[in-house]
Amino acid sequence: MAAETVGWWGVPLAIAAGTMRGGTPFLFVSLGECLTEKSGKINLGLEGTLLTGAMSAYAISYLTGSPWLGVLMAGVSGMALGFIHAWLTQQPKVNDVAVGIAMIIFGSGIAFFLGKPFIQPSAPQLPTFDLGGWSSISSLQEALRISPLFLLGVALAPAMTWFFKSTRWGLFIRAVGDSPDAALAMGVSIKKVRMLSIIAGSFLAGIGGASLSLYYPGIWSERISTGQGLMAVALVIFARWQPMQCLYASLLFGGAQAFGPALQSVGITQGYYLFNAAPYILTLGIMILTCSPTRTISGAPGALGSGS
Amino acid sequence: MSTRRSLYLPRRQVIRGLLATTAFGVTSRLVGCSSAPESDAGKTGAETAGSSGGDKPLVVGFIYVGSKDDFGFNQAHAEGAAAIAKLPGVKIVEQANVPETTEVQEAMRNMIEQDGATVLVPTSFGYFDPHIVKIAGEFPEVQFFHFGALYQEGKTPKNIGSFFGDVDEGQYVAGRVAAQTSKKGKLGFVAAKPITPVLRNLNSFVLGARSVKPDIQVQVIFTGDWSLPVKEAEATNSLADQGVDVISMHVDSPKVVIETAEKRGIYSSGFHAVQSSLAPKGYLTGTAWDFPSVYTQYVEQIKSGKKLMDGSIPHLTRGGLKEKFVKLAPYGAAVSDATKKDADATQAKLIDGSLYVYKGEVKDNAGKAIIAAGKNLKVTDPALDKMDWLVAGALGKVGG
Amino acid sequence: MQSPRRQHWGKTLESICLPVGALLFSLVLFGIFCAAVGSNPFEVYASIHKAAFGNWRSFQNTLIRAAPLMLTALCTALPARLGLVIIGNEGALVMGGIGAIIVGLGLGGNAPPLVVQIGMALAGLLFGGLWIGAVGALRHYRGVNETISSLLMNYIAIAFLNHLVNGPMKDPSSLNKPSSFPIPAVDMLGVLPGTRIHYGLIYGIVACVIAYVLIQRTTFGFAARTAGGNIRAARIAGLPVGKLTMAICFLAGSCAGLAGMVEVAAVHGRANESLNAGYGYSGILVAFIARYNPLAATVVAVLLGGILASGGILQRVHNLPDATVLVFQGLVFLVVMYSESLYGRLAIFKERHEVKPTRQPAAVV
Repeated sequence: MAAETVGWWGVPLAIAAGTMRGGTPFLFVSLGECLTEKSGKINLGLEGTLLTGAMSAYAISYLTGSPWLGVLMAGVSGMALGFIHAWLTQQPKVNDVAVGIAMIIFGSGIAFFLGKPFIQPSAPQLPTFDLGGWSSISSLQEALRISPLFLLGVALAPAMTWFFKSTRWGLFIRAVGDSPDAALAMGVSIKKVRMLSIIAGSFLAGIGGASLSLYYPGIWSERISTGQGLMAVALVIFARWQPMQCLYASLLFGGAQAFGPALQSVGITQGYYLFNAAPYILTLGIMILTCSPTRTISGAPGALGSGS
Repeated sequence: MSTRRSLYLPRRQVIRGLLATTAFGVTSRLVGCSSAPESDAGKTGAETAGSSGGDKPLVVGFIYVGSKDDFGFNQAHAEGAAAIAKLPGVKIVEQANVPETTEVQEAMRNMIEQDGATVLVPTSFGYFDPHIVKIAGEFPEVQFFHFGALYQEGKTPKNIGSFFGDVDEGQYVAGRVAAQTSKKGKLGFVAAKPITPVLRNLNSFVLGARSVKPDIQVQVIFTGDWSLPVKEAEATNSLADQGVDVISMHVDSPKVVIETAEKRGIYSSGFHAVQSSLAPKGYLTGTAWDFPSVYTQYVEQIKSGKKLMDGSIPHLTRGGLKEKFVKLAPYGAAVSDATKKDADATQAKLIDGSLYVYKGEVKDNAGKAIIAAGKNLKVTDPALDKMDWLVAGALGKVGG
Repeated sequence: MQSPRRQHWGKTLESICLPVGALLFSLVLFGIFCAAVGSNPFEVYASIHKAAFGNWRSFQNTLIRAAPLMLTALCTALPARLGLVIIGNEGALVMGGIGAIIVGLGLGGNAPPLVVQIGMALAGLLFGGLWIGAVGALRHYRGVNETISSLLMNYIAIAFLNHLVNGPMKDPSSLNKPSSFPIPAVDMLGVLPGTRIHYGLIYGIVACVIAYVLIQRTTFGFAARTAGGNIRAARIAGLPVGKLTMAICFLAGSCAGLAGMVEVAAVHGRANESLNAGYGYSGILVAFIARYNPLAATVVAVLLGGILASGGILQRVHNLPDATVLVFQGLVFLVVMYSESLYGRLAIFKERHEVKPTRQPAAVV
């Protein structure tokens, strides 16, 4: 019996497990935002995309009984919202940030409106790989119960790095984001590249939503997202627009969510509101330390947010 | 030239904005006119339907702080509202997701002025002060029923009535069931905020558990808000990691906690509503509100001409198991027959008054005696409405 | 290059027709949406009108909702003139509320109500101002992206508020909803005579007018606009860009802080989590739709207030879910934003003998 309780070891264990469980939505949304921002546009509306993704994944999984179909649908509904965002932000005189905020309202409105009948039923969840079968400690088994979505996200990060570095299309996106004029000279259609980048990014954000509703915590409710979509924008800057660093940053943020509850479970009860704010304070702190007024952040797409 | 432009542009924008608003008003007015006959027809139709059943229907307005189908607190109230909507001569109007700001004041005002509501049930704790108090002062002829025991004689306007379900008895029984089912002697509790209704729920659960095994401990985790699904799941997992094998909760929507506990293969004891379908293996029992019964009782009183204002409806109504304000969910598969028998017996003793949940001596978890030895508090005792302590056996602390 | 008079009229007509058309179009879209879910769109329109603008009583509802939005909109609108995109309105509002309650509790009962109210207002201005001022300072001295830092600071301010009202500042009697101690009732801001609208509306309008004058009619505003247009040129011209950034950010934050003070002093009478009611995020939208013009912001705030005010009636009369008003709001703003891009692109508003359309700098428009 004593072997089954992990005591203080529970804190790092919970955080480690939390990184994988809670980090998955951050991972997909931040990779999606990274792709979008590389092309020179900001999509603040991913919060709405995340919610729509979570809702449609849950609804489809419930209606068809296939969670993987739900994941696909989450991505597709994300693409639909991404298309609206991409089309609007490419009109002259339209500001990305403003459209993003309107898209948060619109996306969450659609998700909440259509999602009402799906709050109560239980939808089939995504299967998990149980890598902890060798251990008799149930908490370790739980920590090692890994979602294929998480593994997919982990594989996606290096794949995206490679994509940006070594492929023709990756080069196009970087060119469009860094110096549109050069891209134009290369004969690349800025509009098309940005449109595709935003839509693909929204596809990923929709899948991030699916991981909330079909993996962890595995329900659909209107409070399912606590701002993961909005935070992803900060996360990408934090990660310097590097997909691999998005991975690390997502894990950090996922773990931070487990921090407060884990500490309370071993009896540290002080200031849990402040613990809950830990990831934000940390991000701000690191940004203050690493930014410099004399140069732009390394890795920042040159045309980002310039409206051109 | 540049000054010319800067003077000119804003003016254009202002004109634009002004016109936009007027246009919005005008267009909707035009459209409104064209459809006016239709909506009038609808209205008279509704009225004649109402009058055929007797006199004018009693319009009851319900306001919820969250969504109506959250599998928790708001849904429990909405089910009560749906039950009275079926009664003859009663019409309900509902508004969900109303924050505790001026918005709830406007919602109440609209229900009174536009929908003709004469009875309002704003359900969230936080609506009370200043919002309900303010509107009740403005509309002395409208009756307000607020969930929570916040009515204070002489201070609160006469047209406000508080009603409260004492969950203590239900949770005491649930605590006993949990302690008898637990193999490890460690229980867990996921709580939203350290406020009185939550603490009463928690403490009575602990007292029930300790009445079976006096050395049992309940680890508490406060998430900080009423609905934070990811944090609630993390809290449940952390508790499971610490070897807890029964988890109860007080959050707005217990679905996450119960489903996560089921996945971890541990037991859960629910709250707000009957959630046995969510965890066929691990769900033990739980305290659920019985609002259909509560609201039906109120409607019957109002229809028979009773009023809060003259005191013929009491300003503070509360009840537990006996008054059918709360009920115990059917026992789950994991509950043994002996435990079931014990729980039924305990329930019967609580109902006939031979057993007290708060039976002295009760100490808080810092060792201070809160209820003296030999003294028993009924669950309706006002002293309990000021609860800001955790009972001995609860591991946690009130206050940020 | 003075515009010929005819072109002038074309532009005026354009600036009338486009927003009106956008609103009509979004109403049509929303009508289609309503029809798709089985409600009669015309009845829905009638209800929206009735709830938001139908009579003086319901228009007051709209104005009450608009009041905090005017103030929070300035928090985005002012820095936008410098080319900064700040979305920390919610955090500044919360901080302003905290400042106001500290002063309100400190002075309340010991000083005449007017002094207490002025003290609270100043504290709200100061706290909100310093909060966004810090964002400006980080931007200027450390090069930290102001959009992200202000977003993060929202979460930090809300956590700080929750920590205070659940811990150090908690009134032990606020058992059901952790709050600070209440300020004395005499020190509360009243309502405008004959209405139920609190003084926050006046604060909002006055702040918007002052902001307008400051930006459009003063050297300070001119400097800010110049720096917003081209920061390098401004530096060469010897403008103190750092000081300008800090000053504008301070003013912006103090407007949102004042909104927090109004929430504390006119609505809640105490500080608690209800301060964080989303006025900040709505304010961002108002600022963008108004194109950063403080006067236009007052009008847009009223429009948004009207939309929000109609949310209740859609639920009560038409049995539509509570999310319907979000869909409506989203549609209106997306369409209005699209309509902005049509300026100068529609043939009917163009004059035949137009010389050449001058391109307007993006920051001014």
